[in-house]
Amino acid sequence: MNWLQFLAQNRAEILELTLEHLWLVGISTVIAALVGIPLGVMIARWPSFNKPVLAAANIVQTIPSLALFGFLLPVPWLGDRAERLAILALTLYALLPLIRNTYTGIRGVDPAVVEAGRAMGLTERQLLWQVQLPLASSVILSGLRVAVVISVGLATIAAAIGAGGLGELIFRGLAMVNNQLILAGAIPAALLALLADFGLGWLEGRLRPQ
Amino acid sequence: MLCGHMDGAQSDETVIELQDVSYGSPNGQDVLAGLHLEVRRGETLILLGRSGSGKTTTLKLVNRLLTPARGQVLVEGKPVGEKQSDIVRLRRGMGYVIQEVGLFPHFTVERNIALVPRLEGWPEDKIRRRTQELLQLVGLDAGLTARYPHQLSGGQRQRVGVARALAADPAILLMDEPFGALDPLTRDELQREFLSLQQRLRKTVLFVTHDLNEALRLGSRIALLEAGKLVTVLAPHDFVRSTDALATAYVKAFGAGLKSAGNGDAL
Repeated sequence: MNWLQFLAQNRAEILELTLEHLWLVGISTVIAALVGIPLGVMIARWPSFNKPVLAAANIVQTIPSLALFGFLLPVPWLGDRAERLAILALTLYALLPLIRNTYTGIRGVDPAVVEAGRAMGLTERQLLWQVQLPLASSVILSGLRVAVVISVGLATIAAAIGAGGLGELIFRGLAMVNNQLILAGAIPAALLALLADFGLGWLEGRLRPQ
Repeated sequence: MLCGHMDGAQSDETVIELQDVSYGSPNGQDVLAGLHLEVRRGETLILLGRSGSGKTTTLKLVNRLLTPARGQVLVEGKPVGEKQSDIVRLRRGMGYVIQEVGLFPHFTVERNIALVPRLEGWPEDKIRRRTQELLQLVGLDAGLTARYPHQLSGGQRQRVGVARALAADPAILLMDEPFGALDPLTRDELQREFLSLQQRLRKTVLFVTHDLNEALRLGSRIALLEAGKLVTVLAPHDFVRSTDALATAYVKAFGAGLKSAGNGDAL
Protein backbone atom coordinates (compact mmCIF):
# COMPACT_ATOMS: atom_id res chain seq x y z
CA MET A 1 0.00 0.00 0.00
CA ASN A 2 1.59 3.29 -0.98
CA TRP A 3 1.48 6.44 1.12
CA LEU A 4 -1.17 8.24 -0.91
CA GLN A 5 -3.54 5.32 -0.57
CA PHE A 6 -2.79 5.34 3.11
CA LEU A 7 -3.66 9.03 3.30
CA ALA A 8 -6.85 8.52 1.36
CA GLN A 9 -7.95 5.73 3.67
CA ASN A 10 -7.29 7.76 6.77
CA ARG A 11 -8.31 11.14 5.46
CA ALA A 12 -11.13 11.61 7.95
CA GLU A 13 -8.83 11.13 10.90
CA ILE A 14 -6.04 13.23 9.40
CA LEU A 15 -8.48 16.02 8.70
CA GLU A 16 -9.85 15.88 12.21
CA LEU A 17 -6.38 15.95 13.73
CA THR A 18 -5.38 18.81 11.44
CA LEU A 19 -8.36 20.82 12.62
CA GLU A 20 -7.48 20.00 16.22
CA HIS A 21 -3.94 21.13 15.51
CA LEU A 22 -5.17 24.37 14.01
CA TRP A 23 -7.41 24.93 17.00
CA LEU A 24 -4.53 24.50 19.44
CA VAL A 25 -2.32 26.85 17.46
CA GLY A 26 -5.08 29.35 16.74
CA ILE A 27 -6.44 29.75 20.25
CA SER A 28 -2.99 29.91 21.84
CA THR A 29 -1.81 32.49 19.30
CA VAL A 30 -4.86 34.66 19.94
CA ILE A 31 -4.30 34.53 23.70
CA ALA A 32 -0.58 35.21 23.26
CA ALA A 33 -1.35 38.21 21.06
CA LEU A 34 -3.88 39.55 23.57
CA VAL A 35 -1.25 39.31 26.31
CA GLY A 36 1.96 39.87 24.39
CA ILE A 37 1.07 42.94 22.33
CA PRO A 38 -0.14 44.97 25.35
CA LEU A 39 2.98 43.86 27.23
CA GLY A 40 5.13 45.02 24.33
CA VAL A 41 3.30 48.35 24.29
CA MET A 42 3.82 48.66 28.02
CA ILE A 43 7.56 48.09 27.94
CA ALA A 44 7.93 50.46 24.99
CA ARG A 45 6.20 53.10 27.11
CA TRP A 46 7.88 52.37 30.43
CA PRO A 47 11.36 51.08 29.61
CA SER A 48 12.03 50.12 33.24
CA PHE A 49 9.75 47.10 32.71
CA ASN A 50 11.69 46.18 29.64
CA LYS A 51 14.35 43.94 31.19
CA PRO A 52 12.20 41.91 33.60
CA VAL A 53 9.44 41.27 31.05
CA LEU A 54 11.77 40.25 28.23
CA ALA A 55 13.89 38.17 30.62
CA ALA A 56 10.83 36.26 31.82
CA ALA A 57 9.66 35.61 28.27
CA ASN A 58 13.18 34.54 27.35
CA ILE A 59 13.39 32.08 30.22
CA VAL A 60 10.09 30.48 29.22
CA GLN A 61 11.48 30.11 25.72
CA THR A 62 14.48 28.16 27.02
CA ILE A 63 12.43 25.50 28.82
CA PRO A 64 12.35 22.37 26.68
CA SER A 65 8.79 21.93 25.47
CA LEU A 66 8.38 18.37 26.66
CA ALA A 67 9.55 19.45 30.13
CA LEU A 68 7.11 22.36 30.18
CA PHE A 69 4.22 20.08 29.31
CA GLY A 70 5.40 17.80 32.12
CA PHE A 71 5.74 20.61 34.64
CA LEU A 72 2.23 21.82 34.00
CA LEU A 73 0.64 18.38 34.25
CA PRO A 74 0.16 18.35 38.06
CA VAL A 75 -1.33 21.87 38.15
CA PRO A 76 -4.98 21.68 39.29
CA TRP A 77 -7.71 22.52 36.73
CA LEU A 78 -5.08 22.82 34.02
CA GLY A 79 -3.99 19.24 34.38
CA ASP A 80 -7.62 18.06 34.19
CA ARG A 81 -7.64 18.41 30.46
CA ALA A 82 -4.57 17.98 28.30
CA GLU A 83 -5.93 20.51 25.83
CA ARG A 84 -5.87 23.35 28.38
CA LEU A 85 -2.35 22.48 29.25
CA ALA A 86 -1.21 22.43 25.66
CA ILE A 87 -2.84 25.80 24.98
CA LEU A 88 -1.15 27.37 27.98
CA ALA A 89 2.26 26.01 27.02
CA LEU A 90 1.90 27.12 23.40
CA THR A 91 0.76 30.55 24.56
CA LEU A 92 3.84 30.92 26.74
CA TYR A 93 6.13 30.04 23.85
CA ALA A 94 4.44 32.47 21.52
CA LEU A 95 4.84 35.38 23.94
CA LEU A 96 8.48 36.24 23.37
CA PRO A 97 8.37 37.02 19.64
CA LEU A 98 5.16 39.00 20.12
CA ILE A 99 6.41 41.07 23.04
CA ARG A 100 9.79 41.67 21.48
CA ASN A 101 8.48 42.65 18.08
CA THR A 102 5.79 44.93 19.48
CA TYR A 103 8.47 46.66 21.54
CA THR A 104 10.90 46.91 18.62
CA GLY A 105 8.17 48.03 16.24
CA ILE A 106 6.95 50.84 18.45
CA ARG A 107 10.43 52.02 19.34
CA GLY A 108 11.27 51.99 15.65
CA VAL A 109 8.63 54.55 14.68
CA ASP A 110 10.32 57.75 13.51
CA PRO A 111 10.56 60.01 16.60
CA ALA A 112 9.84 63.07 14.43
CA VAL A 113 6.49 61.57 13.47
CA VAL A 114 5.59 60.77 17.07
CA GLU A 115 6.63 64.19 18.23
CA ALA A 116 4.70 65.89 15.45
CA GLY A 117 1.64 63.89 16.48
CA ARG A 118 2.05 64.89 20.08
CA ALA A 119 2.57 68.52 19.08
CA MET A 120 -0.61 68.46 16.97
CA GLY A 121 -2.50 67.61 20.14
CA LEU A 122 -2.99 63.87 19.91
CA THR A 123 -3.48 62.30 23.31
CA GLU A 124 -1.14 59.46 24.24
CA ARG A 125 -3.92 56.99 23.51
CA GLN A 126 -4.63 58.50 20.08
CA LEU A 127 -0.91 58.51 19.39
CA LEU A 128 -0.73 54.81 20.19
CA TRP A 129 -3.76 53.74 18.14
CA GLN A 130 -3.45 56.11 15.20
CA VAL A 131 0.30 56.39 14.81
CA GLN A 132 2.48 53.98 16.73
CA LEU A 133 0.55 50.73 16.34
CA PRO A 134 -0.26 51.21 12.64
CA LEU A 135 3.35 52.09 11.86
CA ALA A 136 4.61 49.16 13.93
CA SER A 137 2.08 46.74 12.47
CA SER A 138 4.38 45.07 9.96
CA VAL A 139 7.01 44.42 12.64
CA ILE A 140 4.37 43.13 15.05
CA LEU A 141 3.00 40.90 12.33
CA SER A 142 6.43 39.46 11.65
CA GLY A 143 6.56 38.55 15.35
CA LEU A 144 3.16 36.92 15.02
CA ARG A 145 4.45 34.99 12.03
CA VAL A 146 7.41 33.63 14.00
CA ALA A 147 5.08 32.75 16.88
CA VAL A 148 2.68 30.84 14.62
CA VAL A 149 5.41 28.88 12.88
CA ILE A 150 6.95 27.91 16.22
CA SER A 151 3.51 26.95 17.53
CA VAL A 152 2.65 24.70 14.61
CA GLY A 153 5.82 22.72 15.25
CA LEU A 154 5.49 22.66 19.03
CA ALA A 155 1.86 21.64 18.92
CA THR A 156 2.91 18.25 17.55
CA ILE A 157 4.61 17.60 20.90
CA ALA A 158 1.36 18.38 22.73
CA ALA A 159 0.19 14.95 21.61
CA ALA A 160 2.67 13.48 24.11
CA ILE A 161 0.34 14.56 26.91
CA GLY A 162 -2.74 13.57 24.99
CA ALA A 163 -3.81 16.97 23.72
CA GLY A 164 -4.41 15.70 20.20
CA GLY A 165 -3.35 17.34 16.98
CA LEU A 166 -1.16 15.99 14.23
CA GLY A 167 1.42 14.89 16.79
CA GLU A 168 -0.90 11.95 17.54
CA LEU A 169 -0.03 10.39 14.22
CA ILE A 170 3.66 11.05 14.71
CA PHE A 171 3.77 9.51 18.21
CA ARG A 172 1.64 6.58 17.12
CA GLY A 173 3.90 6.05 14.14
CA LEU A 174 6.96 6.19 16.38
CA ALA A 175 5.48 3.60 18.73
CA MET A 176 4.47 1.32 15.88
CA VAL A 177 7.65 1.97 13.87
CA ASN A 178 5.39 2.99 11.00
CA ASN A 179 6.93 5.64 8.74
CA GLN A 180 3.74 6.18 6.77
CA LEU A 181 1.96 7.13 9.96
CA ILE A 182 4.78 9.48 11.01
CA LEU A 183 4.70 11.19 7.63
CA ALA A 184 0.91 11.47 7.72
CA GLY A 185 1.37 13.68 10.78
CA ALA A 186 4.62 15.41 9.91
CA ILE A 187 3.85 16.47 6.35
CA PRO A 188 0.52 18.19 7.05
CA ALA A 189 2.16 19.90 10.05
CA ALA A 190 5.00 21.14 7.86
CA LEU A 191 2.51 22.31 5.23
CA LEU A 192 0.53 24.19 7.87
CA ALA A 193 3.69 25.94 9.01
CA LEU A 194 4.65 26.88 5.47
CA LEU A 195 1.18 28.09 4.67
CA ALA A 196 1.00 30.25 7.80
CA ASP A 197 4.47 31.60 7.09
CA PHE A 198 3.58 32.46 3.53
CA GLY A 199 0.17 33.97 4.33
CA LEU A 200 1.39 36.13 7.19
CA GLY A 201 4.49 37.09 5.20
CA TRP A 202 2.26 38.35 2.41
CA LEU A 203 0.16 40.37 4.86
CA GLU A 204 3.30 41.76 6.46
CA GLY A 205 4.51 43.00 3.09
CA ARG A 206 1.19 44.72 2.49
CA LEU A 207 1.38 46.51 5.85
CA ARG A 208 5.00 47.60 5.60
CA PRO A 209 5.19 51.40 5.62
CA GLN A 210 6.68 52.94 2.51
CA MET B 1 14.75 93.38 -0.29
CA LEU B 2 15.91 92.21 3.09
CA CYS B 3 13.11 93.25 5.39
CA GLY B 4 10.11 91.82 3.63
CA HIS B 5 7.77 92.16 6.53
CA MET B 6 5.42 95.09 6.47
CA ASP B 7 5.48 97.47 9.40
CA GLY B 8 2.53 97.78 11.69
CA ALA B 9 1.30 94.25 10.98
CA GLN B 10 1.36 93.38 14.63
CA SER B 11 -0.13 94.94 17.71
CA ASP B 12 1.69 95.27 21.00
CA GLU B 13 -0.51 92.67 22.61
CA THR B 14 1.56 89.81 24.00
CA VAL B 15 0.40 86.35 22.97
CA ILE B 16 3.22 84.19 24.25
CA GLU B 17 5.34 85.15 27.20
CA LEU B 18 8.25 83.27 28.69
CA GLN B 19 9.04 84.48 32.19
CA ASP B 20 12.47 83.63 33.53
CA VAL B 21 12.29 80.18 31.97
CA SER B 22 15.05 77.66 32.54
CA TYR B 23 15.31 74.16 31.23
CA GLY B 24 17.89 71.50 32.03
CA SER B 25 18.56 68.48 29.87
CA PRO B 26 18.17 65.08 31.55
CA ASN B 27 21.95 64.86 32.01
CA GLY B 28 21.83 67.90 34.26
CA GLN B 29 23.20 70.49 31.86
CA ASP B 30 21.38 73.79 31.53
CA VAL B 31 20.02 74.10 28.00
CA LEU B 32 18.23 77.32 28.69
CA ALA B 33 18.74 79.75 31.55
CA GLY B 34 16.58 82.61 32.71
CA LEU B 35 14.89 83.29 29.40
CA HIS B 36 12.55 86.26 29.07
CA LEU B 37 10.74 86.54 25.79
CA GLU B 38 7.51 88.02 24.50
CA VAL B 39 5.84 87.25 21.23
CA ARG B 40 3.30 89.82 20.06
CA ARG B 41 0.12 89.18 18.18
CA GLY B 42 0.58 88.92 14.45
CA GLU B 43 4.37 89.10 14.43
CA THR B 44 6.90 86.58 13.21
CA LEU B 45 9.47 86.27 15.95
CA ILE B 46 12.59 84.51 14.77
CA LEU B 47 14.70 82.48 17.15
CA LEU B 48 18.16 82.67 15.65
CA GLY B 49 21.21 80.87 16.92
CA ARG B 50 23.60 78.04 16.26
CA SER B 51 22.90 74.38 17.02
CA GLY B 52 22.61 73.83 20.75
CA SER B 53 21.80 77.45 21.51
CA GLY B 54 18.34 76.48 22.81
CA LYS B 55 16.12 77.60 19.91
CA THR B 56 14.24 74.34 19.49
CA THR B 57 14.05 73.89 23.25
CA THR B 58 12.37 77.29 23.52
CA LEU B 59 9.82 76.28 20.91
CA LYS B 60 9.06 73.00 22.65
CA LEU B 61 8.60 74.77 25.97
CA VAL B 62 5.83 76.82 24.39
CA ASN B 63 3.73 73.83 23.36
CA ARG B 64 4.76 71.78 26.36
CA LEU B 65 6.67 69.08 24.55
CA LEU B 66 9.11 70.08 27.29
CA THR B 67 8.30 71.30 30.77
CA PRO B 68 10.32 74.22 32.13
CA ALA B 69 12.45 73.51 35.19
CA ARG B 70 11.90 77.04 36.47
CA GLY B 71 9.85 80.03 35.42
CA GLN B 72 6.63 79.90 33.48
CA VAL B 73 5.20 80.14 30.03
CA LEU B 74 2.07 82.23 29.49
CA VAL B 75 -0.10 81.79 26.43
CA GLU B 76 -2.79 84.43 25.90
CA GLY B 77 -1.96 85.69 29.37
CA LYS B 78 -2.64 82.38 31.10
CA PRO B 79 -0.03 80.01 32.46
CA VAL B 80 -0.04 76.62 30.76
CA GLY B 81 -1.85 74.08 32.94
CA GLU B 82 -0.35 70.82 34.13
CA LYS B 83 -3.31 68.62 33.26
CA GLN B 84 -2.96 66.41 30.20
CA SER B 85 -6.26 67.69 28.81
CA ASP B 86 -5.13 71.33 29.15
CA ILE B 87 -1.90 70.55 27.35
CA VAL B 88 -3.74 68.78 24.52
CA ARG B 89 -6.08 71.79 24.22
CA LEU B 90 -3.11 74.14 24.13
CA ARG B 91 -1.39 72.14 21.38
CA ARG B 92 -4.48 71.96 19.20
CA GLY B 93 -4.51 75.75 19.25
CA MET B 94 -0.98 75.90 17.87
CA GLY B 95 0.18 74.81 14.44
CA TYR B 96 3.53 73.02 14.45
CA VAL B 97 5.83 72.62 11.48
CA ILE B 98 9.22 70.92 11.68
CA GLN B 99 12.10 70.30 9.33
CA GLU B 100 11.55 66.56 8.99
CA VAL B 101 7.92 67.52 8.40
CA GLY B 102 6.65 64.73 10.62
CA LEU B 103 3.80 63.88 8.28
CA PHE B 104 2.21 60.56 9.11
CA PRO B 105 3.59 58.19 6.47
CA HIS B 106 0.52 55.91 6.67
CA PHE B 107 -1.94 58.78 6.17
CA THR B 108 -2.82 60.28 2.80
CA VAL B 109 -2.29 63.97 2.20
CA GLU B 110 -5.97 64.56 2.92
CA ARG B 111 -5.89 62.69 6.25
CA ASN B 112 -2.68 64.42 7.26
CA ILE B 113 -4.11 67.85 6.61
CA ALA B 114 -7.44 67.04 8.24
CA LEU B 115 -5.82 65.58 11.33
CA VAL B 116 -6.66 68.26 13.87
CA PRO B 117 -10.13 69.07 12.46
CA ARG B 118 -10.98 65.35 12.74
CA LEU B 119 -9.65 65.21 16.30
CA GLU B 120 -11.84 68.20 17.00
CA GLY B 121 -14.82 66.42 15.53
CA TRP B 122 -15.61 68.73 12.64
CA PRO B 123 -18.37 67.51 10.30
CA GLU B 124 -17.00 65.77 7.20
CA ASP B 125 -18.28 68.28 4.65
CA LYS B 126 -16.67 71.13 6.54
CA ILE B 127 -13.41 69.17 6.66
CA ARG B 128 -13.58 68.55 2.91
CA ARG B 129 -14.11 72.23 2.18
CA ARG B 130 -11.33 73.23 4.55
CA THR B 131 -8.88 70.74 3.01
CA GLN B 132 -9.53 72.06 -0.49
CA GLU B 133 -9.14 75.61 0.73
CA LEU B 134 -5.84 74.78 2.43
CA LEU B 135 -4.41 72.99 -0.58
CA GLN B 136 -5.08 76.08 -2.61
CA LEU B 137 -3.67 78.30 0.11
CA VAL B 138 -0.32 76.50 0.16
CA GLY B 139 -0.20 76.08 -3.60
CA LEU B 140 -0.80 72.36 -3.93
CA ASP B 141 -2.74 70.62 -6.66
CA ALA B 142 -6.10 69.30 -5.44
CA GLY B 143 -5.31 66.01 -7.19
CA LEU B 144 -2.66 65.22 -4.57
CA THR B 145 -5.09 64.51 -1.74
CA ALA B 146 -5.04 60.74 -2.20
CA ARG B 147 -1.24 60.52 -2.32
CA TYR B 148 0.96 59.35 0.52
CA PRO B 149 3.83 61.52 1.80
CA HIS B 150 6.50 59.32 0.20
CA GLN B 151 4.92 60.02 -3.19
CA LEU B 152 5.56 63.75 -2.86
CA SER B 153 8.63 65.91 -3.41
CA GLY B 154 10.33 67.57 -0.45
CA GLY B 155 8.75 70.92 -1.26
CA GLN B 156 5.29 69.40 -1.58
CA ARG B 157 5.70 67.58 1.72
CA GLN B 158 6.68 70.80 3.43
CA ARG B 159 3.61 72.51 1.95
CA VAL B 160 1.41 69.73 3.29
CA GLY B 161 3.11 70.23 6.65
CA VAL B 162 2.17 73.91 6.58
CA ALA B 163 -1.38 73.10 5.50
CA ARG B 164 -1.71 70.61 8.36
CA ALA B 165 -0.48 73.18 10.85
CA LEU B 166 -3.00 75.73 9.58
CA ALA B 167 -5.92 73.30 9.34
CA ALA B 168 -7.88 74.21 12.44
CA ASP B 169 -6.97 77.88 12.00
CA PRO B 170 -4.79 78.23 15.10
CA ALA B 171 -3.79 81.72 16.20
CA ILE B 172 -0.23 80.60 16.83
CA LEU B 173 2.25 78.83 14.56
CA LEU B 174 5.43 77.20 15.79
CA MET B 175 7.94 76.51 13.04
CA ASP B 176 11.21 74.69 13.60
CA GLU B 177 13.51 75.18 10.60
CA PRO B 178 10.60 74.30 8.34
CA PHE B 179 12.51 75.07 5.15
CA GLY B 180 15.92 73.89 6.33
CA ALA B 181 16.05 70.66 4.34
CA LEU B 182 14.90 72.12 1.03
CA ASP B 183 17.03 73.02 -1.97
CA PRO B 184 17.71 76.77 -2.28
CA LEU B 185 15.20 77.41 -5.05
CA THR B 186 12.34 75.60 -3.35
CA ARG B 187 13.26 77.28 -0.09
CA ASP B 188 13.14 80.69 -1.75
CA GLU B 189 9.73 79.86 -3.20
CA LEU B 190 8.34 78.70 0.13
CA GLN B 191 9.74 81.69 1.97
CA ARG B 192 8.05 83.97 -0.51
CA GLU B 193 4.78 82.11 -0.06
CA PHE B 194 5.18 82.21 3.69
CA LEU B 195 5.42 86.00 3.52
CA SER B 196 2.33 86.36 1.38
CA LEU B 197 0.42 83.91 3.58
CA GLN B 198 1.47 85.76 6.68
CA GLN B 199 0.35 89.03 5.12
CA ARG B 200 -3.12 87.58 4.76
CA LEU B 201 -3.40 85.43 7.87
CA ARG B 202 -1.46 87.44 10.43
CA LYS B 203 -0.69 84.50 12.65
CA THR B 204 1.52 84.86 15.67
CA VAL B 205 4.58 82.92 14.53
CA LEU B 206 7.56 81.66 16.47
CA PHE B 207 10.10 80.60 13.89
CA VAL B 208 13.38 78.78 14.53
CA THR B 209 16.27 79.08 12.08
CA HIS B 210 20.04 79.28 11.98
CA ASP B 211 19.95 81.03 8.63
CA LEU B 212 20.37 84.79 8.94
CA ASN B 213 19.03 85.45 5.45
CA GLU B 214 15.85 83.63 6.32
CA ALA B 215 15.63 85.48 9.63
CA LEU B 216 16.04 88.88 7.99
CA ARG B 217 13.60 88.05 5.27
CA LEU B 218 10.77 86.55 7.31
CA GLY B 219 11.11 88.06 10.75
CA SER B 220 9.34 90.98 12.36
CA ARG B 221 11.89 90.69 15.13
CA ILE B 222 14.89 88.46 15.64
CA ALA B 223 15.76 86.96 19.01
CA LEU B 224 19.40 85.94 19.04
CA LEU B 225 20.25 83.02 21.29
CA GLU B 226 23.64 81.76 22.34
CA ALA B 227 24.42 78.92 24.74
CA GLY B 228 20.97 78.93 26.31
CA LYS B 229 20.82 82.66 26.84
CA LEU B 230 18.97 85.39 25.02
CA VAL B 231 21.55 87.81 23.64
CA THR B 232 19.29 90.42 22.09
CA VAL B 233 15.98 90.97 20.32
CA LEU B 234 16.14 93.26 17.30
CA ALA B 235 14.11 94.17 14.25
CA PRO B 236 15.82 93.03 11.02
CA HIS B 237 16.98 96.49 9.99
CA ASP B 238 18.47 97.03 13.46
CA PHE B 239 20.06 93.62 13.41
CA VAL B 240 22.23 94.36 10.39
CA ARG B 241 23.40 97.60 12.00
CA SER B 242 23.82 96.18 15.49
CA THR B 243 27.13 96.59 17.26
CA ASP B 244 26.52 93.47 19.32
CA ALA B 245 29.49 91.16 18.84
CA LEU B 246 27.47 88.06 18.05
CA ALA B 247 25.06 89.84 15.71
CA THR B 248 28.01 91.37 13.88
CA ALA B 249 29.63 87.95 13.62
CA TYR B 250 26.44 86.59 12.05
CA VAL B 251 26.20 89.39 9.54
CA LYS B 252 29.86 88.95 8.67
CA ALA B 253 29.58 85.19 8.25
CA PHE B 254 26.60 85.49 5.92
CA GLY B 255 28.12 88.39 4.04
CA ALA B 256 31.32 86.45 3.40
CA GLY B 257 29.73 84.17 0.81
CA LEU B 258 28.43 87.08 -1.24
CA LYS B 259 31.70 88.92 -0.98
CA SER B 260 33.89 86.03 -2.06
CA ALA B 261 31.61 85.43 -5.04
CA GLY B 262 31.93 89.13 -5.86
CA ASN B 263 35.73 88.92 -5.69
CA GLY B 264 35.62 85.94 -8.02
CA ASP B 265 33.76 88.02 -10.58
CA ALA B 266 36.36 90.77 -10.33
CA LEU B 267 39.21 88.45 -11.15
